Amino acid sequence: MEQFLFYAFAAMAILSALLLVSIRNTARALFLLFIVLFAMAGLYLFALADFVAITQILVYVGGVLILLIFAFMLSNKELLADLQSTSQRFMSLPNWQSMSLSLAFLAVLVYSFIAWTKEAPEWMARAQADGSILSPTDDNIQTLGLKFMTQYILPFEIISVFLMMALIGAAHLSRREGSR
Amino acid sequence: MITLTHFLLVSACIFCIGLYAVLAKRNAIMILVGIELMINAAILNFVAFSRYDKTNYGGQIFALFAIVLAAAAVAVGLAIILNVYRQFKTINPQNIHELKD
Repeated sequence: MEQFLFYAFAAMAILSALLLVSIRNTARALFLLFIVLFAMAGLYLFALADFVAITQILVYVGGVLILLIFAFMLSNKELLADLQSTSQRFMSLPNWQSMSLSLAFLAVLVYSFIAWTKEAPEWMARAQADGSILSPTDDNIQTLGLKFMTQYILPFEIISVFLMMALIGAAHLSRREGSR
Repeated sequence: MITLTHFLLVSACIFCIGLYAVLAKRNAIMILVGIELMINAAILNFVAFSRYDKTNYGGQIFALFAIVLAAAAVAVGLAIILNVYRQFKTINPQNIHELKD
């Protein structure tokens, strides 16, 4: 059952990502990204990362996707025409140079993963031997909170200041010149 | 239980689809979407490895940091795209080849 659900989520993510890059209509591609992000959140659940999955849904689907759709609507006057015309060509012809480059990269990645699994790093083998791997009954969120406030306090503060700087910068950049 | 290799293969596929989007698309927003797909593949790897790291939880914590970084990148990137559209009336990166005003 678990295997089946994992394959279903993985197939959903990969197929909608493939459709996303092959479809011509940008609005439809953005809504396909929605499906991809949800399926990826489902995959995180299978790695027992429930908090990361919820954060993915909140931040990506609630924030990033809305921003992308806003930018698309602000930078494309033919949005409505684009949505209505179920265009003459549904798919665009794949661009063979980029296609072959990314397929070659995929081949390298798959080959290296398969070669790598034969000699997994020592700490992973040790964790498996000790039986100290994450189990579905662990209290993930409490541990994450404790770790954020103790062991990882410095990266946490750095990322907070970075996020604030990025948001101020974005607000400053997108201000219109005349209206100050 | 699902093995690590499954996660790695799925994330390799998503990463390469993102790479294709970055290389082939003629629209700055779709290039940004491709970058998002690549970041998501990286997060899936973080999370998959984190399963074996019960003492430190490094994978999950840095997956959360990567999500924050991606959100910041999108915010700044979209502000830049809007400015470029105002300046050039296009968001095709191939038509944007002048640096001066």
